[in-house]
Amino acid sequence: MSNAAQSVAQEEIDLTGANQVIDKYQDMHGSLMPVLQGIQEHYGYIPEPTVHLVAERLNVYTSQIYGVLTFYAQFHLKPRGKYIVRVCMGTACHVKGATRIGDTLTEQLGIGHAETTEDLKFTAEYVACIGACGMAPVIMVNEATYGSMSVQKMVEVIDKYKAME
Amino acid sequence: MAANAEIIKVLICQGTGGMASGAAAVAAAFTEEFTKQGVEASVGKRCEVVGTGCRGLCANDVLVDIVLPGQTAVTYDFVTPEMVPQIVTEHVLGNEPVAKKVAGEYYTQFLAKQQRIIFSRCGTVNAESLDDFLAHQGFTGIKKAVTMKPAEVIDEVKRSGLRGRGGGGFPTGVKWSFCAASPGDEKYLICNADEGDPGAFMDRSVLEGDPYGLIEGMMIGAYAIGCKFAYVYVRAEYPLAIKRLQLAIDTCYAKGILGENCMGLGFQLDMRIKAGAGAFVCGEETALMASIEGHRGMSRPRPPFPAVRGLWGKPTNINNVETFANVSYIFYNGADWYSSIGTEGTKGTKIFALTGKVKHTGLVEVPAGTTMKEVIYDVCGGILNNRKFKAVQAGGPSGGCLPAEALDAQVDYDSLIKAGAMMGSGGLVVMDETTCMVDIARFFLNFTRAESCGKCIPCRIGLKIMLEILERITHGEGREGDLELLEDMAYDIKKSSLCGLGQTAPNPVLSTLRYFRHEYEAHIKEKRCPSNSCKPLLKFEVVDGACKKCGLCFRVCPVDAVRWEKGQLAVIDKEKCTQCTSCYDACRFMAIE
Repeated sequence: MSNAAQSVAQEEIDLTGANQVIDKYQDMHGSLMPVLQGIQEHYGYIPEPTVHLVAERLNVYTSQIYGVLTFYAQFHLKPRGKYIVRVCMGTACHVKGATRIGDTLTEQLGIGHAETTEDLKFTAEYVACIGACGMAPVIMVNEATYGSMSVQKMVEVIDKYKAME
Repeated sequence: MAANAEIIKVLICQGTGGMASGAAAVAAAFTEEFTKQGVEASVGKRCEVVGTGCRGLCANDVLVDIVLPGQTAVTYDFVTPEMVPQIVTEHVLGNEPVAKKVAGEYYTQFLAKQQRIIFSRCGTVNAESLDDFLAHQGFTGIKKAVTMKPAEVIDEVKRSGLRGRGGGGFPTGVKWSFCAASPGDEKYLICNADEGDPGAFMDRSVLEGDPYGLIEGMMIGAYAIGCKFAYVYVRAEYPLAIKRLQLAIDTCYAKGILGENCMGLGFQLDMRIKAGAGAFVCGEETALMASIEGHRGMSRPRPPFPAVRGLWGKPTNINNVETFANVSYIFYNGADWYSSIGTEGTKGTKIFALTGKVKHTGLVEVPAGTTMKEVIYDVCGGILNNRKFKAVQAGGPSGGCLPAEALDAQVDYDSLIKAGAMMGSGGLVVMDETTCMVDIARFFLNFTRAESCGKCIPCRIGLKIMLEILERITHGEGREGDLELLEDMAYDIKKSSLCGLGQTAPNPVLSTLRYFRHEYEAHIKEKRCPSNSCKPLLKFEVVDGACKKCGLCFRVCPVDAVRWEKGQLAVIDKEKCTQCTSCYDACRFMAIE
């Protein structure tokens, strides 16, 4: 994981995308967050060079940008897996055994919260609530929601994605 | 509604819930069967609203409505593609509903005690269609409001008795009058759609099911207060809600409903969505405004209140999604009509999100004043697996757990506070005898500790210490005096924290200590978890007398640690057992300890 992050950080990042995002929001009041969200949407995470670019173009301190980036759960400073597995840890899911689902994920992939597998295929995340409490316990893999999870079902879902490209 | 239908209609729930349960396959099966049989019918989406946004009962997906010309709709639940041929042959062709598969009495019961006002459009209209909205009283509220002076609009809201649905329950009309009275031309209106409470999802349903209704409510508010710019702060975890609302806003701009001269009614309003970025504290209004300004979402002391110094230093009014949705209906039907619903102190209806160990989880809209018992047992069918009710957690991390004795409490602001919980945004998590209350307190504290912005010390450090104590207790390492210490700290944190998050964070601990002190004591003194939920304290053994030899535990065990043969007692192999509690949860006879 750390190796992957380092190699990317040293890599040349094409800043065209980031520049376009900044162009779009530059004149807006309170533009920092939309800019960062746009950059993350473009690259999948926030590459370090873009932080310096944003600091320069929006005229904000890098420390302030990192303050925002590390405060909000949504921003990621390292590349993430192709399949993001979000395990809901909301109250309803907790009551119905979400811990067990999370443990199964760790057993299956060998990664915990906010970690990515070395082949950049999976990222695991424990999230507070994804608002589908009626189907608790719930997980999401990218945009697909899987409800009423059990340990067995979790294994099946992971196997399915493991088999995919 | 079926009276005018000329063609056979099959309506299938295809929201997140429906899709996750296989709605697409069911739809394909219907189309295929109709082609095969040569029947002319339309297979449509009843609601594309995600999850419980539709009728609130997506736990029973896939739900399918069959509407034959001239007949009322028949609803089927748990439909699978395999059932489709039978339904088509017997019901559609033979005109004889498949009795066994029709959604049972619970479905009628689920709807019977509810009064769906805010939800009257959700799931009934196409959320993306402006024409549908207009056909269902859409924008008649704002048209009525502009015939009055802004002050009269505020009076009407005051007269209706509407209280803020975000949780605090502050009278909405009074709040509006504060901001309206603040000097200055530049004012902001914010809709708080940062629904972060675990276990609550009604705002999401409104955003996804009735986005125009929210816009209308905000227009009325903006007109009354004199705001020209409105923000909707939506959490980024709700991508569909953001998409729908954005579409609705864009349509409104294109049609001249928003913009320089709204609908030609002579006032100006611009509206923009601000997507959150995953921070629970941003539901707190001062933190929310900091977030819109592009900073870390840190709260600041009040006063000055937002009505005086809010977003970018200008007077700002913040209301919750459900509050704005209520406003539209007050102007459709009048304040007198609105105040005739509900109790003395709480008017109108309230939407609850019922989850946890209850049979029919979902969204429920009942008049304020309905008792907790009615909501859980009459509307939602009681407790899952016929287990015993233990507690209901109301109000999210800021609320409290109420025991069986408090089930007769009415669901309104004042009764719930008296009972030691609060209405909050309306999440109700039902717990049965397998839920450990110490663990629940630990769970909530873990959540609020992680979500604390860290600006003030009571919240940042106090919650961490409380959490450490609770973790010790759930690991069987509790000590004498822990409970007193917890209580002391809880009161101090409540008193000295800067914002609502810290002031309410100890509530789950206090309410569980109040009603379930014996469970804490069992953990500390006997090193035992009475609900068999805290892993470090568990043994996992089959109780011979209680075991009905059904083999359920055998089937659910993911590591084959349960040995069982038909007619034999189950045995748990302790070597293989990973203590995942699957068997314990599955057992219907409490035969595993």
